[in-house]
Amino acid sequence: MRTFRMGGVHPEENKISNDAAIEVMPVGKQMVVLMNQHLGAPATPVVQKGDKVKVGQLIGEAQTFMCANVHSPVSGTVLKVDTCKDAFGLSKPAVYITVEGDEWMETIDRTPDIKRECTLEPKEIVAKLKEMGIVGLGGATFPTHIKYSIPEGKKAEYLIVNAAECEPYLTSDYRVMMEHAEEVCIGVSILRKALGVPNAYIGIESNKPLAIAKMQEMAKGFEGIIIEPLKVKYPQGAEKQLINAVTGRKVPSGKLPIDVGCVVSNLGSCFAVYEAIQKNKPLIENILTVTGKELPSQHNYVVRIGTTYNEIISHSIGQLPETTGKVISGGTMMGKAVVNLDAPTVKGNSSVLVIGEKEARRAEETNCIRCGKCMHACPMGLEPYLFSALVKNNKVEEAKAHNILDCIECGCCFFSCPANKPLTDEIRLGKNKVRAMMAAKK
Amino acid sequence: MNLLNISGSPHVHSDESTKKIMWRVNLALVPALLCAIAYFGLNALLVSLVSVASCVLFQWLIEKFILKQKSTISDGSAIVTGLLLAFNVPATAQMLWIVIIGALVAIGIGKMSFGGLGKNPFNPALVGRVFLLISFPVQMTTWPAVGGLFPMSLDVTTGATPLGILKEEGMAGMPQAWDLFLGHVGGSLGEVSAIAILIGAFYLLCRKVITWHIPVAFIGTAFIFSGILWLINPEQYLDPLSSILAGGIMLGACFMATDMVTSPMAKSGQLIFGFGCGLLTIVIRNWGAYPEGVSFAILIMNSVVPLLNRWCKPKRFAV
Repeated sequence: MRTFRMGGVHPEENKISNDAAIEVMPVGKQMVVLMNQHLGAPATPVVQKGDKVKVGQLIGEAQTFMCANVHSPVSGTVLKVDTCKDAFGLSKPAVYITVEGDEWMETIDRTPDIKRECTLEPKEIVAKLKEMGIVGLGGATFPTHIKYSIPEGKKAEYLIVNAAECEPYLTSDYRVMMEHAEEVCIGVSILRKALGVPNAYIGIESNKPLAIAKMQEMAKGFEGIIIEPLKVKYPQGAEKQLINAVTGRKVPSGKLPIDVGCVVSNLGSCFAVYEAIQKNKPLIENILTVTGKELPSQHNYVVRIGTTYNEIISHSIGQLPETTGKVISGGTMMGKAVVNLDAPTVKGNSSVLVIGEKEARRAEETNCIRCGKCMHACPMGLEPYLFSALVKNNKVEEAKAHNILDCIECGCCFFSCPANKPLTDEIRLGKNKVRAMMAAKK
Repeated sequence: MNLLNISGSPHVHSDESTKKIMWRVNLALVPALLCAIAYFGLNALLVSLVSVASCVLFQWLIEKFILKQKSTISDGSAIVTGLLLAFNVPATAQMLWIVIIGALVAIGIGKMSFGGLGKNPFNPALVGRVFLLISFPVQMTTWPAVGGLFPMSLDVTTGATPLGILKEEGMAGMPQAWDLFLGHVGGSLGEVSAIAILIGAFYLLCRKVITWHIPVAFIGTAFIFSGILWLINPEQYLDPLSSILAGGIMLGACFMATDMVTSPMAKSGQLIFGFGCGLLTIVIRNWGAYPEGVSFAILIMNSVVPLLNRWCKPKRFAV
């Protein structure tokens, strides 16, 4: 079975919400829609206070290159165009909407019928992805239409779909495969057509045998979709590692997947692509997991983007348990600790993960014993212990020379450190220092 | 409700800790200790106990009264040093007080003077051992004769180590390789039984405390190099199998050269390190003043570890 070649760890999988079917989360009374829910510049609001909006109506327009459209997830009246603190406490431009009813744009096909045929040309597909505000749902929220506009002189040979879901706890991609396998395959076919590549490879970790079987069965009815079972190893779903696992190719330092002929999309994105292209539905919903060992029940939901963390928590489990230590957006390896539970969810959110008091605390840091475990766990072949020392001594040049910018922040080094040194934190700091130094030089 | 914790990712840990690693090493040393008790009797146990107790005590005293920092004796590393120091001295009654001096040097100079566990460039137990070898040459080379199982007498009856015999008398008095393997020969407390050491090393390999690189490179190099010499002149040089089984190569390669703190981190560096240890050991044994060279070989190679860490980089994902 395939996997990436170097490093990696195997954290406890904890896929305890695997069997919870996707439920629909009801819409709240007010929605706050952030204007930058994607990598790049914020979208420009195109509605004003008092405007009536419908579900799926454009409310934020992409006016620069690196940007994505934002649509209203609800129907109602625009209360104000202001700023809002996001889940990590940063102020972001936002549109506040008072919810009235649930009136959808007429163009959106809300029937349960599955549409297989897609007559659009590759260019039209990309244009429509842009119109529908589709971004990568694997975490980085890279605007999909940019990814599928292949630059001059480059050629895509592989489409790789990331269904590894290597992060502990997360099960949203798994549920989508189990419940929407056909739609996913149609979405993959559309993306394959947009790229003009012969085959699309869907990488699924072997700890999801039911999903592999289901997707294999479904893929038989489609041309050029290959299911690739992968060995369970974190960070299998990291872009460079997944490309390495599936094709054996390696994306060089500082280059993009397209430089080795690969385009990688997340499985959730493929489902969103299906809905956007075949059903005219913009990206207004997330599929997210509500999970945690301390919680009384485990859930997977389809949630309108803009629903707050508190609303999700109160609907799913009532309130956070007394023993809650941390709420994480994402998985335990790369997810971010949520600061502000009143913040709205944004595109790409995949979970509300609740961690108990005890697990939320780090063990005491002790001396480095130079065991080299960080180095052997690093999937990029870097030396985390060295960065730790260099960053502490402010040797920014040297850190750059040792390729600190290659770090993908997967957390394998800190995870495996017996001395509990916060290596990933120190490397993040180092990367920021290096970037600041490079910016100052320009 | 309580306030939420905020920290950077990752939010989970492998549950690996320095303490667990050190206790695994201690456990892995138990077979060799039992073997020593079986061959050398109560003295072996007493020397080990005194060595461990004084190492732990000195670390505690230094941390409390000189460094004035929180005690770290619970991490078990002082016990590892104590056991390894005891394993490197003869199991005689006169060592009971000498080993205390060794412990002071090992912990005080070898380890705490650099800032404690993780900061020391040289293996502390070997620093203590070499100090004793130079300061107490007679006592350090007065070997107890091997008794049968559990000889409870405390008298010193001098025996000789296989390598000592070789240096003094030549090839004639050498024990058979099989005796060397089981450890039914004279020598330092913990080094005599290859089989007991290999059992411990196998455990450490399984628990991923050590990797095969250093032991294999060390023992392999010693085997090949002594084999070449033996082929050239079997009258003068010891055969390769006896070479790796006699003396401290097994103990050194499995437990002392593999000390994480004082060995290189990259696999390639570990291979070079092991190669250097093996080569130097055979050089010192054959052409040096001492019959045994493992301690010096490892200490010399310890000193080049920073260089090896600089040269031997892990293979990068893609350049």
